[in-house]
Amino acid sequence: MENRLRVLRAERNWSQQDLGERLEVSRQSVNAIETGKYDPSLPLAFRIAELFDRPIEEIFVSPSRRSSKAI
Amino acid sequence: MSQTSPAVRRYLKRLMILMSCYLFLLFAAVWLFRHGPALGVLAWPLAVAPALPIIGVFWAVMRWLIEERDEYQRMLFVRQALIATGFCLTVTTIWEFLQSFDLVPPGNGGFGAAVFWFIGLGIGGIVNKFTLGDAGC
Repeated sequence: MENRLRVLRAERNWSQQDLGERLEVSRQSVNAIETGKYDPSLPLAFRIAELFDRPIEEIFVSPSRRSSKAI
Repeated sequence: MSQTSPAVRRYLKRLMILMSCYLFLLFAAVWLFRHGPALGVLAWPLAVAPALPIIGVFWAVMRWLIEERDEYQRMLFVRQALIATGFCLTVTTIWEFLQSFDLVPPGNGGFGAAVFWFIGLGIGGIVNKFTLGDAGC
């Protein structure tokens, strides 16, 4: 799933390891989410949103909205 | 979070204990069957004894899946275990048919289904590495 995680992380000068520690997941998990290889569960998506103090839809791009825009 | 999660550390500790038990029980059973006195009915539990730590490894694997809190690592391992199960069933099914048509000798030469499942875990790790870029634990 497309997302702005890398941008938000870069704004805070956090490494993937730093973000992983804050979310209590591995650096590999952060990398997989950032690159869109893995879609986080809803609880993890909420944890990410709360950490960055943004609504989920400002961080993750809805796949259906993205495909409707493409049409 | 460190690279190795607490769940992985617990799994590796359990694995080491179980494999140590397996080696001890295997050598003990082989020695007693070859050099020990007539075992009678005790031959049955003695023959089964080395299988128990292997069954314990299956338990340890399942505990790891339950205890791992990192959902991505858990997903990687679920993929690995599914590939291992598919590989193990494929090999043993083919082997049974080859035996049914007398193309291979009876018996398995000491390679039980568990061996193929563990080989399958390795293959699953390689598949994860090529498809997702992470092999998992």
